[in-house]
Amino acid sequence: MKILVAIKRVIDPDARIRLNADSSGVEEESVEYKVNPFCENAIEEALVLQGAHGGEVVLVTVGPEDVTQTIRSGLAMGADRAIRIEGVDTELDSDLVARILHKVVERESPNVILLGKQAVDGDNNQVGQLLAQYMGASQACFASEVVLEGEQAKVTREVDGGLETISIPLPAVITADLRLNEPRYASLPGIMKAKRKPIDVLTLDELGVTDTALKIEVLSLELPPERQAGSMVESVDDLLDKLKNEARVL
Amino acid sequence: MSTILVIAEHQDGAPKKSTLQSIHFARQLAGRTGGSIHLAVIGSAAASVAAKLAGYGAQTIYTVEGAGLEKYLAQPYTGVVTGLIEASGANVVVATSGTFGKDLLPRVAGATGWGMVADCTALAGDSEVLYKRPMYAGNILATVRCTTPGAVISVRASEFDAAEETGGASAIQAVELTADAAGSSFVGFEGVESERPDLGEAEVVVAGGRGLKDGENFFAVMNPMADALGAAIGASRAAVDSGFCPNDMQVGQTGKVVAPGLYFAVAISGAIQHLAGMKNSKCIVAINKDPEAPIFQVSDYGLVADAFKAVPELIGKV
Ligand SMILES: Cc1cc2nc3c(=O)[nH]c(=O)nc-3n(C[C@H](O)[C@H](O)[C@H](O)COP(=O)(O)OP(=O)(O)OC[C@H]3O[C@@H](n4cnc5c(N)ncnc54)[C@H](O)[C@@H]3O)c2cc1C
Ligand SMILES: Nc1ncnc2c1ncn2[C@@H]1O[C@H](COP(=O)(O)O)[C@@H](O)[C@H]1O
Repeated sequence: MKILVAIKRVIDPDARIRLNADSSGVEEESVEYKVNPFCENAIEEALVLQGAHGGEVVLVTVGPEDVTQTIRSGLAMGADRAIRIEGVDTELDSDLVARILHKVVERESPNVILLGKQAVDGDNNQVGQLLAQYMGASQACFASEVVLEGEQAKVTREVDGGLETISIPLPAVITADLRLNEPRYASLPGIMKAKRKPIDVLTLDELGVTDTALKIEVLSLELPPERQAGSMVESVDDLLDKLKNEARVL
Repeated sequence: MSTILVIAEHQDGAPKKSTLQSIHFARQLAGRTGGSIHLAVIGSAAASVAAKLAGYGAQTIYTVEGAGLEKYLAQPYTGVVTGLIEASGANVVVATSGTFGKDLLPRVAGATGWGMVADCTALAGDSEVLYKRPMYAGNILATVRCTTPGAVISVRASEFDAAEETGGASAIQAVELTADAAGSSFVGFEGVESERPDLGEAEVVVAGGRGLKDGENFFAVMNPMADALGAAIGASRAAVDSGFCPNDMQVGQTGKVVAPGLYFAVAISGAIQHLAGMKNSKCIVAINKDPEAPIFQVSDYGLVADAFKAVPELIGKV
């Protein structure tokens, strides 16, 4: 069993996001980076599946050299090795990331490909589905439970009306929702071992990705209008009075 | 010129409100670019859904029913949509960004080679059509361009009112398309039957958080409140993660985005990820015992109180 996990580095989701001076991007000076929370769920699930079925867990990320630290934290959780594809966020869109990952899938031939359901910076929620389409493979997105049964995966998905279960043939793409599992913390020995685990670095050329044109270009960023805080009310009576006579919503 | 294909969402033989919101968006786009709107109704009872949509100004409503399409599965539905793109000559495909659209549309983008704009909240640009979309849990609003000859757009439903009927009658055309599930199959569905309005469609939403302690208390407070106000029930992620209530009640960056006329946040602190799903509500009321809770910074009316006392009092007086 080989499991490939695509991970992305994002700005700490609990930090305040600021625009840079010319509003061309978000301020990256002195921000903290983390593994995208959904990608941590994906790594955790890969490790659980490896525990049950054996095999290898390979991490892959598309990013510049300084994402190596993020990769190490994934390796410290227990993944075996990693691949980094040279790339810069501003020169990527979901489609290009998916086409790059498709090349990696062709090289590695994994049985299961795990991704986060969305990267909490771009909030696109697209890469897993695009990758599955390019592979001609099945997908199970927004997974909250994964059970491997021979050559099939039975996956429960968090959908709008409740929980849906589907069965899909491997190799398949599965994207992790937050309730899939509780990601483990890296242990100290895990962190030490991660330092020696191999990280292969490849360029787009080496992978054979020649078309790097973006399908979606981000032209400008702005802060959304701030919502004005309203007033505090003293009592339930006061609240009902305001809702009826001021806001006229009751 | 745009030829827009709107993928209808439907349930129990009737279109969902989100379909009308997608049509609203499609009208705005067609208003900018000229062109026509077509609808795709796929799956069980497609013909009766189509009949109910015939007065919304679409030129053609394509229906596709048959084996393998009773339940949504990504691959057969992608195949059908690409078939309908060919049949209609569409160069824009639209659906709302619920879990259905989020699952399906990127595959359609992959199949067509077109770029996909996720979670579009508005059109922008002058001579050229550009799109606005939130990023970073709604903390940033981006203006993006799609560079491909066609575009796939998922629409944030809460930003668009349901389209009104325009009269007239669309041509309804049944299309035979075979669906290949490629070995995938539907196993089961576990949903919550509820007489309450749909969370995404409700005019009033009452949402509860971790402060409600446990599942029993959550519903003991929220059920009568929802009954009294005719509201849908929502929740914070913490309430869902703690097992108080089902996952499909989660409001926020990674749950549902709602913008009702009236939103009650009960014992919810107001983390940015929660605000991402409700801050465009028209009127926000927060009930929280902590006067410093960040939710008060976005609420129109804030009441510092114990929810276990304030909510029953409120219900009694409404
Ligand atoms: C990647 C990511 C995605 C996320 N997505 C979402 C999302 O989609 N939606 C979401 O909601 N969160 C999301 N979160 C979680 C979010 O960051 C917060 O942890 C969560 O919203 C907190 O929920 P809460 O307000 O119910 O709980 P808490 O923050 O614990 O707040 C509980 C509140 O209840 C109040 N309280 C306690 N007792 C009472 C009482 N008796 N009466 C009145 N008030 C009382 C307290 O004062 C407190 O303010 C996400 C987080 C991450 C990292
Ligand atoms: N640059 C990247 N490198 C590796 N994986 C990525 C990258 N960007 C996105 N992904 C994967 O795709 C998932 C969904 O991202 P998105 O579609 O951009 O919201 C993420 O959770 C990752 O698993």
